[in-house]
Amino acid sequence: MTRFLLRRFASTVVLLLVMVALVYLIFYTLPSDPAVLVCGKGCGGGQLAVIDHKLGLDQPEWVQFWHFLEGIFVGRDYSSGPDVSHCAAPCLGFSFQNDQPVLSLIGQRLPVSLSLTIGAMVIWLLIGVPAGVLSALRAGRITDRVVTAASVLAFGAPIFVSGMLLLMLFCGYLHWLSFPVYVPFTENPAEWAKNLLLPWFTLAIAQAAIYARLTRTGMLETLSEDHIRTFRAYGLRERRIVGRHALRGAITPVITISAYDFGYILVGAMLTETLFGLPGLGQLIVQSSNNVDLPVVAGLTLVAGAAIVVANTAADLLYAVVDRRVVLS
Amino acid sequence: MTAELVTEVGAAPEAPTRGRQVRQRLFADRMAMAGLVVAVLMIVAAVAAPLLIHLEGQDATSYHPELLDSARGGVPRGAFGGASGAHWLGVEPTTGRDLFARALGGAQISFLVAFGTLIVQILLGVGVGLAAGLGGKVADSVLGRLIDLAISFPQLIFAIALLAIVPSGFPRPLLLMLVIGLFGWGGTARLIRGQVLSLKTRDYVSAARLSGASRARVAVREILPGVSAPLVTYAALLIPSNMISEAGLSFLGVGVRPPGSSWGQMLSSATTWFQADPTYVLVPGLLLLVNVLAFTVLADGVRTALDPKARSLRGGRR
Repeated sequence: MTRFLLRRFASTVVLLLVMVALVYLIFYTLPSDPAVLVCGKGCGGGQLAVIDHKLGLDQPEWVQFWHFLEGIFVGRDYSSGPDVSHCAAPCLGFSFQNDQPVLSLIGQRLPVSLSLTIGAMVIWLLIGVPAGVLSALRAGRITDRVVTAASVLAFGAPIFVSGMLLLMLFCGYLHWLSFPVYVPFTENPAEWAKNLLLPWFTLAIAQAAIYARLTRTGMLETLSEDHIRTFRAYGLRERRIVGRHALRGAITPVITISAYDFGYILVGAMLTETLFGLPGLGQLIVQSSNNVDLPVVAGLTLVAGAAIVVANTAADLLYAVVDRRVVLS
Repeated sequence: MTAELVTEVGAAPEAPTRGRQVRQRLFADRMAMAGLVVAVLMIVAAVAAPLLIHLEGQDATSYHPELLDSARGGVPRGAFGGASGAHWLGVEPTTGRDLFARALGGAQISFLVAFGTLIVQILLGVGVGLAAGLGGKVADSVLGRLIDLAISFPQLIFAIALLAIVPSGFPRPLLLMLVIGLFGWGGTARLIRGQVLSLKTRDYVSAARLSGASRARVAVREILPGVSAPLVTYAALLIPSNMISEAGLSFLGVGVRPPGSSWGQMLSSATTWFQADPTYVLVPGLLLLVNVLAFTVLADGVRTALDPKARSLRGGRR
C-alpha cells in the first residue's frame, strides 16, 4: 500500500511536471510576442516594454522557465522598478488584464464551480445509479427499454441544447423559475439552491445517462458471476444478494468515473456555466480565451490537468477500498 | 474475420458473404435505418444548400429590417419567428437574416468539420496505434503512455486554450478540424493498438513474416485489414461526437466566427431570445439534436451489424 502510494505519487509528480513544461512551452514561448498576448488587446509600446521586463522576457528562455517553476513552488515577484506585484507560493502566473495573480482569480470562482459540481453530482448519482439497477434487474423488459431509450436521448443531446430546452420549458413557458443568477450559499441557501436547479439538472441529466448505463452493465456482470449463484443456492434472499453483493460489484466503476468526472466538471463545466452565466472556472477559461488573457488560460489548463490527475489517483485508491479483490501495485 | 478462412471452395455456393450479412443485419435494424434516412437527408441538404437557398430565393447574409418589430426590440413579426413562404424557417431577431439559409450553412460546417476531423483522428490514431502495436517494447511503452495522456486529458479545455493563441487569419473550419482532431485521436489509437497486439500473434501474420514480407508490408497488407471492422465502428461513433465538439466550441465563441454560421454559434446568440423568439432557439437546437441522434443510432446499428455478439451501445459511449 505504502509502496503503491509512493510510486503513484512519484509518477503523478512527473506527469504534472511534464504538463507544466508543455503548458509553458505552448503559452509562453510559442506566441511570437508573449508580451502582446499577456497584455491583451489594445496595449501600447511603452506598456509592452514594461511587461517585457516585468515578465523577464528580456532573459534567456530557460531562465524564464526556471522562474515560472520557482513561482509555482516558492512564489515570485513581478517587478519593474517601483511597481512590484507579489505572487505567492503556488504562483500560476499573473494576469495583467485583471492586475491580479491567476490563483486569486481562480479562488474567487471556485465556490461557484464547487456548488455546481457537488449539487449536480448528487443528482446524477441519485438518478443514474438506481435507474441502472432497475434496468439490470428488469433486463430486456419494458422498464429496461424505457431507461435505455431515455439514456440514449439524454446522452446524445449536446449539453447546451438540453440546457436551453430546459430553460425554455421552465423559465420561458411554465415560468416556474427565473433565469439563474448565482447567489452565494453563505448569503441565502434557499436562493442558492433555487438558482442552481437548472444548471444542476442540465449537467445531471447527461451524466445520469452514462451512470445508468455503467451501473446496468456492472450489475449484469456481477449477477452472472459464480459467487452470486452460490449465494442463491444457499438460499440467501434476493434483496440481500442484490443490495449487499451485486451492487458492490457494480459500484466500483461508478466510483472511478465519479472521481474523474468530479475533477473534470469542477474545472471544465464551460458549456453549462456559459449558458447560464455562472461565474465559475469554466466560464473563466472561456472569457480569458476570448480576451486572450494567456496567463489565466495557462494557469487554468494546469489546474485542470492537476485536478484530473489527482482525481484519477483518488479513484484508484477508492477502488481498492471498495473492491477488496483489487491489489494495488 | 474467421468466416473467410473456413469456407472451402464450392462448399456452400449460396452462403451469404460477410458483407451481405452485415448489410442484411443493418437493414433489419429499424432504429439504425431511421438514423440512416435522417443522416442522408441532412447530408443531401448540406451538399445541395446553394440550390435550396436559391430555390427559397434568399441568402444567408442580407439584412431584412422590414420584417422585424422594432417596438418589441427587433423580434420578427408574425408567428413562429416570422416563418412564411418567403422565409421558410423565419428570420433572425435584430438582423432579419434568413434562418433557413443560415441553418443550411450551419449544416455544411457541421459535416465539414465532423468528417475533416475524422480524417485527422484516423490518420493520427491508426499511425500511433500501429506504431505502438508493432514497434517493440520501448516504442509501445512510450506511445502507450502518450495514448493514455491523450485520452485522459480534458480535450475541450486544451482546444479552447489552443484556439486562443492561433492568429485570427487562419481559416476557422480547418483550424477546428486540426484542434479537435489533435486532442481526439487517443481512443482510436488505443483501439488499434489493442487489435494489433492480438492480431500480430496470429498464425497468418507469422506466416507472412516468415515468408519474407517486410514490416511495412505486414502492417499494411496483413494487420490493417484485420482492424478495419472495429475501426469502422469506432469511426462511426466519432462523427456525432465531433459534431458536438464543433458546435460546443462555436457556442463558446472560439469556433466558427461570423459571418460564417454554425448551429452552435446560432444557439449561443439565441440564448437571450428564448422567451421572445423561441423559433430562433429551436431551429439550430433541434437540427443539431436530431442530426447527432441520427448519427449515434446509425453508428450503433453499424456496430451491432458488424459484431452481433457485442452488446448494443445505445445509451453511453464510456
